[in-house]
Amino acid sequence: MRMQTPMRTPLKQARGLGTTSGGAVHFWRQRITGLANVPLTVFFLFSMVFLAGADHAAVVSYFSHPIPALLMMLFVIASAWHMMLGFQVIIEDYIHHEGMKVLALVGNILFTAFFGLTCIFAIVKLSLGG
Amino acid sequence: MVQFTLPKNSKIGKGKVFAKPEGAVNVKEFRIYRWNPEDGQNPRIDTYYVDLDDCGPMVLDALLKIKDEQDPTLTFRRSCREGVCGSCSMNIDGTNTLACTKAIDEIKGAVKVYPLPHMKVVKDLIPDLTNFYAQHASIAPFLKTDTPAPETEWPQSREDRAKLDGLYECILCASCSTSCPSYWWNEDRYLGPAILLQAYRWIIDSRDEATGERLDNLEDPFRLYRCHTILNCTKTCPKSLNPAEAIANIKRLLIERRY
Repeated sequence: MRMQTPMRTPLKQARGLGTTSGGAVHFWRQRITGLANVPLTVFFLFSMVFLAGADHAAVVSYFSHPIPALLMMLFVIASAWHMMLGFQVIIEDYIHHEGMKVLALVGNILFTAFFGLTCIFAIVKLSLGG
Repeated sequence: MVQFTLPKNSKIGKGKVFAKPEGAVNVKEFRIYRWNPEDGQNPRIDTYYVDLDDCGPMVLDALLKIKDEQDPTLTFRRSCREGVCGSCSMNIDGTNTLACTKAIDEIKGAVKVYPLPHMKVVKDLIPDLTNFYAQHASIAPFLKTDTPAPETEWPQSREDRAKLDGLYECILCASCSTSCPSYWWNEDRYLGPAILLQAYRWIIDSRDEATGERLDNLEDPFRLYRCHTILNCTKTCPKSLNPAEAIANIKRLLIERRY
């Protein structure tokens, strides 16, 4: 907690480093990705049920159609983005040590990028014939 | 990390048990948080018994009776005793509220009284609200205009005046802010529900000319967006106001002006 620093007025501390004029975009993107995930998750679950027990060739055939492949990519992008935004909020809420916080925020971005790109790569590979 | 457990010097011990009033039939038990900054001891819970047949109906009446008749060292803030000043906000029966408007007979079993949660304690039931008041000052809670003031008053339509209903009634008792987990974890940077409700009160005032500047000052991941719509604020408000709605309206305006 960065409070009760001696010799500084309470107002000085309340104003802190000022505003970032940010946050609204983060908020908006979290809502948009969340909204997008409603139909995309339905599609994802439908696909999983549809492909349950199918062999490799059937999965390749399913994703060789552009619509399922694109929807699956959109699902991955929206989910990964939403996850990154959400984790960022949790990190900012609970981790107060500046160094740890920066490390966690950078790790969050890198993990999301790696996770998202891995999924996209898999979908592209499948849609191009496995 | 955020500290989830009480620090060692805040762990609560057993306190004194005061004698039951003699000859009383209708006796209520009060367990009250005590801490004295001068005795070097940890906080403790003292137990008092109050004869409800000889006491006013509210928790504040009982606290005053205890202070008058049993233990003059019991320390708390109070002033108006009718829910207007916001001084006697404290945690009663697990909920932040005003001692003066909380009826004793609403509470089953012993009445547990603590100071507002997660604030530094000055003594007993008195929290240190310095930061809370400074945050209130930081949102400039007064009319800001560049147009020279008219000779009489600033005119306002009935519709615009009605927009202030549900906002102007806030008495800054801090019950909502100190019930908010986001405020507990980040009280140094998050303004909290009470101050954001106050900020919104000036943002939608039709007479105020600093609307954009006010929104600029709030558009920040910490000042505003620590609100995760937990809604403890609205649930606990002893004046039945809705700080969560005010915060949602600020968020809406910030999107509205961007797109």
